[in-house]
Amino acid sequence: MILFDHVYKRYPGGQEALKDICFDLPTGEMAFLTGHSGAGKSTLLKIITLIERPSRGQAIVNNKNLSTYPRRHIPYLRREIGVVFQDHKLLYDRTVFDNVALPLVVAGHRHQDIGRRVRAALDKVGLLKKERVYPITLSGGEQQRVGIARAVVNRPPLLLADEPTGNLDAALSDEIMDLFVSFNQHGVTVLVATHDLRHIKRLRMPVLTLSQGYMVDGQQKQGQMDL
Amino acid sequence: MISYLLRHLQVLFYTLGQLTAAPLATLMTVAVIGITLALPSGLYVLLENMQRMTAHWEGGAQISLFLQTTTSDSAAQKLAEKLRRTPGVAEIEYLSADDALLEFKQLSGFGEALDALDSNPLPPVLVVWPAPDYSKPQALEALRKSFSKFGEVDIAQLDLEWVKRLHIILRLAQRGVLLLGGLLGMAVLLVISNTIRLAIFNRKDEIQIIKLIGGTDAFIQRPFLYSGWLQGTLGAIMAWLLVTLGLALLAGPIGDLAILYGSQFNLANMALGPSMALLGIGGGLGWLASRIAVGRHLRAIEPT
Ligand SMILES: Nc1ncnc2c1ncn2[C@@H]1O[C@H](COP(=O)(O)OP(=O)(O)O)[C@@H](O)[C@H]1O
Ligand SMILES: [Mg+2]
Repeated sequence: MILFDHVYKRYPGGQEALKDICFDLPTGEMAFLTGHSGAGKSTLLKIITLIERPSRGQAIVNNKNLSTYPRRHIPYLRREIGVVFQDHKLLYDRTVFDNVALPLVVAGHRHQDIGRRVRAALDKVGLLKKERVYPITLSGGEQQRVGIARAVVNRPPLLLADEPTGNLDAALSDEIMDLFVSFNQHGVTVLVATHDLRHIKRLRMPVLTLSQGYMVDGQQKQGQMDL
Repeated sequence: MISYLLRHLQVLFYTLGQLTAAPLATLMTVAVIGITLALPSGLYVLLENMQRMTAHWEGGAQISLFLQTTTSDSAAQKLAEKLRRTPGVAEIEYLSADDALLEFKQLSGFGEALDALDSNPLPPVLVVWPAPDYSKPQALEALRKSFSKFGEVDIAQLDLEWVKRLHIILRLAQRGVLLLGGLLGMAVLLVISNTIRLAIFNRKDEIQIIKLIGGTDAFIQRPFLYSGWLQGTLGAIMAWLLVTLGLALLAGPIGDLAILYGSQFNLANMALGPSMALLGIGGGLGWLASRIAVGRHLRAIEPT
């Protein structure tokens, strides 16, 4: 699903955020992406969603080569990837329902279809009763679950999360992580960036570790990747 | 197809909702557009009216022969008789100096002021209506020249001259209105593209989020394009109302003026065609303005 082959990312300021990254996340798997703050976790996820382009190397996501991917097709690539953000990135002037419906509206789904799918997604995150309220009235954990419902509402094959539990207490954060595990059990490929080692110990999942832009752990598959 | 239309309708209503959510700002923008469009539209309507008023004058060309003030009544009558038999003359009317003064007093309202004069300053006049087959400008000019040779005739004036001149002036004025309209259209373009630019920056976060979840540029720009179109159209409606109001205010005095000149004249409001054109131009300018704003600013807003 995701394949990085000697990927570098240098920001315009000259900051080398990723250096020589090689890894492979097979379809249907779930992995954690970890490392201290500033290690390059967010940058790696931004490359997968083409918010940033790799400076060097090949990155392939869902069989698409990101280095040469045309700009006008980017929205269609993003529809295949659900993304959950630490700061939720919800629209606070729209209801929970409208927030979750947004990816479907954007993709031009039919009206009846949208209602059914939004309720299914809200049901999965346990917020079915809150569809009419505005996100600002919800707790942090609930807002994050709205974000997750929005990420999975159009059933993308790939789900990314950037520190999704960063602002939550342990119990809430476990609930959120368990949600990702359950999506993975339904066949979604999941990559979660977190510096919370507790989840990594609790859930026995593959771990990719970044340190100062290098991948220091999880490169065991590099041999297969030298194309 | 129906769901496609439905989606556009949804965006339209959503846009309308956004505009009415800030009624004062929207009203101000619409008023600025309305006033800007009303100026050339109003001038256009006035010109149309003037053209309508003068259109039938060309057919009724006259030649006025202002006689020497010393010409006696009988000499003038004799000249009238002579001219009546000339080819090219259909009808002739003699207006003695006294008649002319009387008519002028009645029409101008300067009666008392004229009473104060001890002598009549007006010359006697022969008004000649040319025969229909002499309606071509060259024939009329030849006729006028032949009249001016008579010793009693001081000035022979072809009234077509000033009709022609008026038409040239009207055409010139039309060009002027077109030019003014072009300039003010640019102003409308700038006003709307600026409000759209502000709207885009006000909704920067929303745009970034929609781009993140796979919204295309076409999807994101749609509400802005509708917003520009709506503002332009509402501005055009405002302009139409302003022109109508202005004409209503002018109608009374202009009617009085027309009666003073012995004619009936009603100011006509904008016809259906030009009204529709105004609406189309307003909406089109709004659409174009938002296209420009969207093209310049939407691309620059990328998620980070
Ligand atoms: N837009 C940017 N421009 C320049 N430097 C950046 C930008 N984003 C991140 N960086 C730098 O890249 C490095 C990695 O950042 P990031 O990927 O956000 O790390 P993490 O998510 O692991 O904390 C940091 O040193 C950061 O300062
Ligand atoms: Mg980060």
